[in-house]
Parts: sequence; C-alpha cells; structure tokens
Amino acid sequence: MGFVCENVNFINGVIRPLLAVSVVFLFGFAGVVAQDAGEVDTVAVDSAAAIPPNVTPVMIKDLAVRDNPNDDGQAVRLNWHLSADDHEGGKVTSYRIMRATSLDGEYIEVGDVPAGNSSFIDNSTEDGTDYFYKIAAINSLKEDGRLIWSVMSESDPVGPVRSSAQWFDLQRINVFVGVIFVCSAILYFINRAKSGKALFIRKIAGLESVDEAVGRATEMGRKIFYIPGINDMDNVQTIAGVTILGRVAQLAAEYETWIEVPVCKSLVMITAKEIVKEAYAKVGRPDAFNDDQVHYLTDDQFGYAAAIDGMIVREKPATIFYMGAFFAESLIMAETGNASGAIQIAGTAMPSQLPFFVAACDYTLIGEELFAASAYLSREPRLLGSLKGQDVGKAVILIALIVGVVLESLNVFQFSRWFSVID
Amino acid sequence: MDAIGLWIGAFLTLGIISFLYKDNPWYKLSEAIFVGVSAGYWFITLFWDSIYSKFYIGITDKGDYYLIVGAILGFLMLLRLVPKIGWISRWPLSFIVGAISGFYLINYFSSNVMRQVANTVMPLFSTEYGQSLFTAPIGTIVANIIVAGGTFTGLVYFFFSKEHKGAFGVTARIGIWVIMITFGATFGYTVMSRMSLLIGRMDFIFGDWLGLIK
Repeated sequence: MGFVCENVNFINGVIRPLLAVSVVFLFGFAGVVAQDAGEVDTVAVDSAAAIPPNVTPVMIKDLAVRDNPNDDGQAVRLNWHLSADDHEGGKVTSYRIMRATSLDGEYIEVGDVPAGNSSFIDNSTEDGTDYFYKIAAINSLKEDGRLIWSVMSESDPVGPVRSSAQWFDLQRINVFVGVIFVCSAILYFINRAKSGKALFIRKIAGLESVDEAVGRATEMGRKIFYIPGINDMDNVQTIAGVTILGRVAQLAAEYETWIEVPVCKSLVMITAKEIVKEAYAKVGRPDAFNDDQVHYLTDDQFGYAAAIDGMIVREKPATIFYMGAFFAESLIMAETGNASGAIQIAGTAMPSQLPFFVAACDYTLIGEELFAASAYLSREPRLLGSLKGQDVGKAVILIALIVGVVLESLNVFQFSRWFSVID
Repeated sequence: MDAIGLWIGAFLTLGIISFLYKDNPWYKLSEAIFVGVSAGYWFITLFWDSIYSKFYIGITDKGDYYLIVGAILGFLMLLRLVPKIGWISRWPLSFIVGAISGFYLINYFSSNVMRQVANTVMPLFSTEYGQSLFTAPIGTIVANIIVAGGTFTGLVYFFFSKEHKGAFGVTARIGIWVIMITFGATFGYTVMSRMSLLIGRMDFIFGDWLGLIK
C-alpha cells in the first residue's frame, strides 16, 4: 500500500496525507482493505475532509494484455471487465493504468481513462521489452478542480507482454483483396487486348472533339494552348493530363500546328517536354520540336493564372486544353479563353472546379473520363486493357451497391462492414 | 517604407483589375511583375525548404543519409542540360511517376472506392442497420434514396464498356443529371467562397490604402 499524492507540492504531498491517515485512523475506517488479492489505497488530500464510509470501488476483473495487433510496434493493448461499481452513480470515477518492467518493480502511471472504458492502448512501449500492468479503479472527489479525497483498488499485476511490429495490417485485408481483384482484371484485359481481341469503349464526346479542335487551329493558322493544371507530378490528374498531351501533341505535329504548353511546376515541365518531343519524333518530325514550346511561368497559382490570361488575349490561340488538377484559377482562365473565342476542352477530377469548366468550356471530361482519355485516344492495348479492367471493378461495385442496400434495408446482413476501412 | 509597399500593392492590384476592361500596358506591367516576383519567391522558398532545410540539415544534423538517394535523383534530372547524356534524366522521372502511382493506388482505392461504397450501402428506410423498417423520418428516407440512387446512376455513367442505350442509357442519363445538379450546387457554393477573395482585395484598397473602411 502506498499513499496516492495527487498534488505535488510539499503540503499536499506530505503533510496532508499524513494528516489524512490520522483522520482516517481516528474515525475508524482506515482504508487499507484488501479485496480479492488486489489492493486498496485511500487518501484524503484535504485534511479537513473526511473520506466518507464505503466509497472504495470494487476492482476491475479479467485484465488481459497483449501486443497491439496490426501496427508498427511500440503499443500494448489492455482490456478488462469494468468494476462492478462502474455504473451511473457508481463508485468509479476513472481507471489508472500502471506499468512496470518487472512483476515486483515500481509501477508508474502510463495513462488514465474515464469510468465506462474497458480498454486502453499504451503507445509508449519499447519493442522487445517485458512489461507488467495493473489497473486501479479510482473513486475521487474534486471541488473547484481541487482533489478532496481519492480511494482506489488495484488489480493484480498481469504480464509479461512485449510489443512488436507486424508485417501486415489484417484489418485492411478487404483493400488488399479489392486491389488484387482489380489488378488481376486489368492484367487479364491487357493480355486480351495484346492478343488482338477488339475491346469496345463507348464514345466520349469531349474526346471525339480533340481532332476537330486541333484541326480548327490548323485551319485558322493559330496556336494550341495546353494547360496541364497547377499540381505537380505527384497528382494522378497531372499524370493523366500529360499523357493526353502526348496524343494532342502528336496530332499537332501531324497537322504542323504550333502547340504551346505553359506550366507552373518544374517537374511537369520536364515531363511535358519529354512527351511533346517524343510525340514529334513519333510522327517523323523530330526537327519541328522546339524546346520553348514547353515553358515554365511561375509556381504561384494566381501568378500563373494572370500570365495565362495575358497570353490568351495577346496570342489568341484557336484551341485551349485544360487537362489536370485545377483550383480557384480554373474559371479565371476558362472565362478568358471563352471570351477570346477559342474552342476549349477541359478535363479534371476536381469536383469544385468541374462546374466552372462545364459552364465556360465547349467540352468537359468529367472525373473518370479524364483518366479514360489516354486509352480512348491512343487505343493502345495496355491502356485499353487497363480501362476494361477498371470497368470490371465498377461492375462489381454496382452489384455490391444493389445487393448491399437490399440486404441492409431488410436487416438481413450488414454488408457495408465488408467495405469499411480502419486507419 | 510601409507606405511605399502599400502604394505599390494598390498600384498592382488596380493594374490586375484593369484587365476587366481589356488587355492594357498597366495590366501587362502588373502581370510581368507578378509572374517574375512569384517565380523568384518560389525559387528561394524551394531552395531553403528543400535543399537547405530538408537535405542539408537532414544530412548534417539528423544523419538522414537516405536523403542522398533523392539528391542523386534530383542531380540526374539536371543531366538533361548535357545533350549527350540527357536521356538519363528520364530515370528519375520514371521513378517519380511509378512510385507515386503505386503509392496513391492504395490510398485512392481506400478512400474513393471502399469508403464510398461503405457509406453508400445503407438501409433505405431506417436510420441504421438493425432498426425496424420505415422507422426513419420521411426526409431521411428520401435522402437515403437520393444518395444510394445518385451514386448508382452516377457510376453507371462512368461505365465505358457499354454503349449508353436502352435501360442502361436511361440510367446513365439520370446519372449525368444527378452529376449536373451536384455541379449546380457546387457552383453556387464555390462562387460564394470566391467572393471572399474579392472582398479581401476591396478591403485592401478601400481600407488599408484609401482608409475609407475603418
């Protein structure tokens, strides 16, 4: 048994507990009551306050400790059955979790949880070290934030337990199964496409008009602007945008039309240069490629938008493509392009910017259509197979939505659990 | 000094706004300054954030030697300045595009597929699974049907392997209507948030500069 000193100053820590014990002794309810091999500590912090009789809570039961599963280590999970006194108006106010590195060692507090909680994760362990735990059910009284008295009953120590890291997070097995399924479908259809089987893709209006848009620029003898968004190469929309750039640049090279790609990220500039250069080489006109076709403006969002606006009104391009990730600058650019009379084709997966493109552009690739565009335009087996594989995934999701909603509505099975992802 | 900055800020703000009339030398000057200054600002920011704070301090103070891999990839990118071995600069590019695609595959699959389905699959006529049928308020039932039906029809629209004809085409058409209605709502919402940008500039001109707003 030891005194519990909640206040650290000398008076509260030493004098008052001594006085409290005296009071406890005098009033005849010394709080040294061992219960079920556990221990009970009692202390009145305020010497003037007497600890009421019969306030010691029953200790918790069945404390179980184990390595916290599905993590990267350094955590131990504790579970227990609540104290019999843990209920509305009961004697438990909180639980204190204590830890030691040997059974009879010094137990230090590693955390506490309010009454009603029956689990705790100790995130401060070292992997490979043995730990022992015990939990104290606490009943205390505070007034104006000051502790008046506190009693507690400690459980038997439990252990040893060691924390360790796991290779796999089994709680995310559904994500693994889903990814494997979609990837398998993609690989299957890529092989099918490579073997020469025709794969059908429905018409996408925005992409049907790419040839027309490039042709228009050729007829008018004006430039094409291609704007790949304002994000870097770490965004899949930018990757999709520069992939479509390859096809557009190829058409522009074939029609001998000048295509200009102003960018706002250095990595995008390098990638776009490679793609445009390759497109010119593919149609047998590598000499027609000019390094200045792809050029950097600024990393700043609105600086970039201001520069594009200026270029649009001065150079009057016949066609403008916006393909990638866009933010608040989308309408600034698209509206200027619209006012200049250019034919505009946009594609993005940013839900907040799509309405502006729909309003200001002639054609808009909405979300997924942007990612399908490169396959649609190039008809390359690998990309077509990939698109088909994704469609298989979508078909499965459509079926899952119908089945799941019916089962849950009729209270047959909670289907959504299969898709829940725990971080 | 502050007064000079204030006047320059006001001059450039009005220069940019003058574009609403038409392209003019004032706008051209403001635009050139904006682009030039911001490009310079970002160069310095990236230098101190990446090359100094992350790489140099990381290596010298923290001993994070794995950062050398990133530095080597960055250096290889510069080889495009040497025409004979410029092709090496494709390696770091391939690494970045491949690594990022792989990394985000799992993230997007978790958030855009699994969580989306988990949140859409719901009992239509009760507030949560396990409750009796038709215990939810009528408003909740209608909302549930719109969410589940809207997601289903919207997904049908993005199915590329089948022509949008017959019942499938009707479903897809409902899907694009749902999407367009969503866009309409988003449009209004975003326009309102954009107003705050305009208000900020007006506050600068009429408050900070002209002192008309206290």
